[in-house]
Amino acid sequence: MPVRSRVKTFTMDGQDVSGHESETILEIARQNDIDIPTLCQLDGLSIIGACRLCLVEVVGWNKLVPACATYVEEGMEVVTNSERLQNYRRMIIEMLFAEGNHVCSVCVSNGNCSLQYLATKLGMDYVRYPYLNPDRTVDMSHERFVMDHNRCILCTRCVRVCDEIEGAHTWDVEGRGYKSHLITDLDIPWGDSRTCTSCGKCMNVCPTGAIVEKGKPAGEMIKRREFLGYLTKMRGVNNNE
Amino acid sequence: MTIYDTLQGMAETEHDRQAQFENEMWVCLASGCASQNADQLADRLADLVKEQELEEKVNVKCVGCMGLCATGPHVTVKPAGQHYSEVRPEDAEALVEAAKTGEPYEPLYEPEYSQFFDRQTRIVLENAGSVDPESLEDYLVHDGYKALNIALTEMSPDEIIQEITNSGLRGRGGGGYPTGLKWSTVAKAESDTKYVICNADEGDPGAFMDRSVLESDPYRILEGMTIAAFAVGASKGHIYVRAEYPLAIDRLNKAIRRAKRENLLGNEILGTPFNFSIEIRLGAGAFVCGEETALIASIEGKRGQPRPRPPYPADYGLWGEPTLINNVETLANIAPIIRNGSDWYASFGTESSKGTKVFALTGQVNNTGLIEVPMGITLREIVYDIGGGAPDGRAVKAVQTGGPSGGCIPEHMLDLPVDFESLREVGSMMGSGGMIVMDDTASMLEVARFFMEFSMTESCGKCIPCRVGTKQMYDLLGRIESGVGTYRDLQLLRELCDVTQHTSLCGLGQSAPNPVLSTLHFFEDEYLSLLTDVEAAAD
Ligand SMILES: Cc1cc2nc3c(=O)[nH]c(=O)nc-3n(C[C@H](O)[C@H](O)[C@H](O)COP(=O)(O)O)c2cc1C
Ligand code: FES
Repeated sequence: MPVRSRVKTFTMDGQDVSGHESETILEIARQNDIDIPTLCQLDGLSIIGACRLCLVEVVGWNKLVPACATYVEEGMEVVTNSERLQNYRRMIIEMLFAEGNHVCSVCVSNGNCSLQYLATKLGMDYVRYPYLNPDRTVDMSHERFVMDHNRCILCTRCVRVCDEIEGAHTWDVEGRGYKSHLITDLDIPWGDSRTCTSCGKCMNVCPTGAIVEKGKPAGEMIKRREFLGYLTKMRGVNNNE
Repeated sequence: MTIYDTLQGMAETEHDRQAQFENEMWVCLASGCASQNADQLADRLADLVKEQELEEKVNVKCVGCMGLCATGPHVTVKPAGQHYSEVRPEDAEALVEAAKTGEPYEPLYEPEYSQFFDRQTRIVLENAGSVDPESLEDYLVHDGYKALNIALTEMSPDEIIQEITNSGLRGRGGGGYPTGLKWSTVAKAESDTKYVICNADEGDPGAFMDRSVLESDPYRILEGMTIAAFAVGASKGHIYVRAEYPLAIDRLNKAIRRAKRENLLGNEILGTPFNFSIEIRLGAGAFVCGEETALIASIEGKRGQPRPRPPYPADYGLWGEPTLINNVETLANIAPIIRNGSDWYASFGTESSKGTKVFALTGQVNNTGLIEVPMGITLREIVYDIGGGAPDGRAVKAVQTGGPSGGCIPEHMLDLPVDFESLREVGSMMGSGGMIVMDDTASMLEVARFFMEFSMTESCGKCIPCRVGTKQMYDLLGRIESGVGTYRDLQLLRELCDVTQHTSLCGLGQSAPNPVLSTLHFFEDEYLSLLTDVEAAAD
């Protein structure tokens, strides 16, 4: 019997790299300082492959694949930063800006926002798609936190952290398509939720100014995500299995 | 005596019972006709037969869909072969008279319907419109469960898979994935628990192929699933059917109960050591829940959203176990293939697309309804020979196939053979079988916007390009259609098609731009003529 090799060697942007078969393209990219933009992915949470920013090309494959959700394979030639990919990524960020009501100058997360950071990094200097200006609400009913639906990009990190780490499953998504929105419990005000433990994990993993602490002036909402790594490590859980 | 012998005895008794009648009146009781009071008609016919003491001579039989749903209720009188449409309960008396005398009842007689049926090849629909869907006995008379008996007693799982592979059958759910290959993948997956799922979500607007099969011939699906389960080594099955199909659900439930009683489902099927049970799961009518990974999430009680593949369900499916998921029509082909052999099946169709395909023919065409045609038939034959062309002598402009994932094929390309590859090459898709004929009054922009609206509202909202891209494209199409669009809008539209097609998570987003892309390709002038700055376009 030939012995099966569990370590895969392949190339990423021309560079020789290797990874264990249980590792994703994204993990290997990070180990090798190759920067692939991500938004829905967060270490410690389950992988859903929803934001599509981490899409990469694999030579000979007919579809783009999400780096966060694709395991490495022997001999694959991964391209992480072609002009085509850069264009698509910029367009996706543009779509997000056109979809919600994102006004950075008055946002408490100004300067500490993943969406804003990616827009700058990917060179999105203005939005060409028509703004949808949706009519969205702000839920101030919780004593410590605010949910501003105008700034929500539906990455569902809050849903996952609340379900997978806190075990409360207060958050979920209701509606379909562009009418999708987050709800607490069975669509009641957050402050009335009986499952919410007020742990603040959702606020800390939220990449934008959608879930924030009350009483922060513009630009001063800084989120702390370090807890996730420690927690998952200490618990020894892998949410993708 | 084996269980199968007992079943054959039942079939013989039923056959003899049917043979004693001089005349039969088949009344369609599938949804289309039932919604037009066909049940009252059937009752009335039965009452009349009783009143006139004809019970020994005339058999009133409730059957499944005959295909011409727009002009129901339908009645076929046998053996004369007279076909009647739009029959009201008041007409019952005249029809009984016609059955007695053999003279057709002229006001409702439709002799030219033979045109509609002559060009069809019926494999999937062989029993639809002639067999009582609620009678196991009638199904048995028509070779029902013969295939399952062959499969369980004469063939090994590998031989069955080989037979399906040789037949060239490809999935009818839209993708056209080779069925034999899918089965062998699931068979190879190592696990004590495996599942078989029948995908009866059928969410394409205007499509009702699967509904007709389920309503007209439910046992055929149970038989196909049971053979599939034996071949891949599964012991549990689910039929995921949308709750909007109450009649199909009802008939499936009855069929499952009866099959269990007769040892055709449950433990030791047909007296062999093989066990398999089927449960029905109702979908709430979301189009995206027809996508296999979303469907599985929905069965698991989660929000019906797709997840990235791989892993494919064949490897990691329902509850994380290897799962075979096939469309209704795919499964409806299994029993005939096992019964008649793969060579027989492969003799229908083209080199790469074997067998037949059921289409729901609608739109601006004289004969609308459900048809089953051999693969490789041209669109022109379907539209003109079966459909009878556009009404009022109008010219046909285009044919849309593949629903919201497909495209419009212009009239000058109607000689295109209907198969998976040919349709894809011209930017459309086989899809699940919607086929809409458009005459020269149709606006291609309106068509594109209609389907985009569908994709937009049916998008699950999980991935950004599909959620936002479909909304943006829909708005831009609206702008252009209302005459305020600019050349720049058109460029943005093209760009959005590109990004949505190539970056969306599942097939819904990936194919949502197809109706726009194909109309832009073949009917670009219609778009350009509506722009405010046509001159810019010329540069
Ligand atoms: C948005 C979307 C909707 C779908 N809807 C259906 C459906 O209603 N019925 C179906 O059989 N397949 C549907 N499919 C295809 C399924 O994902 C799957 O490929 C199919 O059930 C496999 O069966 P087959 O191999 O027999 O075709 C859909 C796919 C997508 C992307
Ligand atoms: S980070 Fe991979 S899809 Fe969002």
